[in-house]
Amino acid sequence: MKTNLDIKPLLLVPVLALLALPLIGSVDTWLTLSVAGLAMGMIIFIMASGLTLVFGLMDVLNFGHGVFIALGAFVATSVLSGMVDWTQSQELWRNLVAVGSAMALAMVAAAVIGLAFERFIVRPVYGQHLKQILITMGGMIIGEEIIKVIWGPLQIALPLPEAMRGSLLWGDASIEKYRLMAVVVGLVVFALQAWTLSRTKVGLLIRAGVQDREMVESLGYKIRRLFVGVFVVGSGLAGLGGVMWGLYQQNVVPQIGAQVDVLIFIVIIMGGLGSTGGALIGALMVGLMANYTGFLLPKLALFSNIALMAAILLWRPQGVYPVANR
Amino acid sequence: MSSTVLLELKDVHTHIGAYHILHGVNLQIPRGELTLLLGRNGAGKTTTLRTIMGLWQASQGTVHFNGHDITRMATPDIAALNIAYVPENMGIFSDLTVAENMLLAARKASRAQQMDEARLAWIYAMFPAVEKFWHHPAGKLSGGQKQMLAVARAMVEPRDLLIVDEPSKGLAPAIVQNMIEAFQKMKASGVSILLVEQNIHFAQALGDSVAVMDNGRVIHAGSMAALSADPVLQQSLLGLAL
Repeated sequence: MKTNLDIKPLLLVPVLALLALPLIGSVDTWLTLSVAGLAMGMIIFIMASGLTLVFGLMDVLNFGHGVFIALGAFVATSVLSGMVDWTQSQELWRNLVAVGSAMALAMVAAAVIGLAFERFIVRPVYGQHLKQILITMGGMIIGEEIIKVIWGPLQIALPLPEAMRGSLLWGDASIEKYRLMAVVVGLVVFALQAWTLSRTKVGLLIRAGVQDREMVESLGYKIRRLFVGVFVVGSGLAGLGGVMWGLYQQNVVPQIGAQVDVLIFIVIIMGGLGSTGGALIGALMVGLMANYTGFLLPKLALFSNIALMAAILLWRPQGVYPVANR
Repeated sequence: MSSTVLLELKDVHTHIGAYHILHGVNLQIPRGELTLLLGRNGAGKTTTLRTIMGLWQASQGTVHFNGHDITRMATPDIAALNIAYVPENMGIFSDLTVAENMLLAARKASRAQQMDEARLAWIYAMFPAVEKFWHHPAGKLSGGQKQMLAVARAMVEPRDLLIVDEPSKGLAPAIVQNMIEAFQKMKASGVSILLVEQNIHFAQALGDSVAVMDNGRVIHAGSMAALSADPVLQQSLLGLAL
């Protein structure tokens, strides 16, 4: 089958990694930072992938996405604190059951809240970008306050389960077990998304809707239903990302979603609004850049990602994978 | 509404923002015929099609299709009544393959293998490019091939009414001839067709009936044969002789 896969953006991640190698100097340190960057990138991708489709399908700017991330992280604190026997076990499978339960409940909670968020906050402002920005930011502030009411305003520790702590040593490179797990979970999410988008009729409709929603409606499909579905799934994925981000940070604050929102928006803009493949590349680059500059020039860590975005947009103003017809 | 009339617009007005585009359109599309909607740029032809499809809502008047009042219906519900629409920009999903574009329009199929093979063979006979480039990205097709795909996609399942906005626009003469033959075959299959067209020779080769629009109104409706035979009427309606 002939494809029109644009290969240049795929090279960005390895090129960035290779450029960093001489600056870092040590191969072992570079490997440690690279795995940490890829893990961080995968978690950001999980959180960002739903948001980019939400924008692509309905032109909705949802600045409240962070509330689903925060909700997921806080649900995880409750679930894991209630499964101490499982998280403190040395057996990996018991740890995985605990984390898996936290992930499942966080996804369900975020998806349910996402459904209500779409119905009561987003739907009244379809097609009105300024109002979308204001009302979704307002929704996130309210969400954060509700989280403070339920879980309190203070930081809550979210320690890694026993068997997921520590590192694997490869030469002098130290690779944290949890980060490897994050890479695996991210790859599974990406594979499921790629399969759904490329192999199912629903996925086909989403891809078509991102390009030209009016034509999809003219073919007889109700794109708003599709959008609600994508919004709910995207919220659930943000909840999953929240669990993983919380475990990555090993603590949770009510502003956890707002803190990571900036990175998520950088990722979806770099990737091309509406492109999940672009979001993956953008997320991996952001993760790598954050870790490399965090090591080399810590004070420039956030600026480095904004500079990266500016460089990408100078090259491709609509992101690495611009969505056609937009 | 008579059973010989498939689609009827009565006194339809359409506003787009502050602009009043259609000023009381009255139009009847006979069942089983090919109707041409002619008129100058800005006459309101495309707005009429978009109003029929519910993409722009009529602010006044009624649109009836096959016994249903579709004036206030949403676009997907109108399409579900077996109306296929090809917009002026063709509406091709350029990131998808030709096969995926076709599958999207086949509402009853969830996989390419479930599409009606006999129907596809009929389409391939009219538009060989669709079969030839089946697995190619639609965005890589030429303008003519995209137009063929757009019309083929609209007909991937049997429809009662096919609405096409300027099918010959920007096409080479050989492709236009191919299009004319394809529309003749589609008409012979029993589908009713409404075409907006600026190419007078294309219109003359195909039309059973014709409506001419100007300033947001239908100013003439009748048979294509009568219009073709009356140079004075052509001159007064269209500013040219066929």
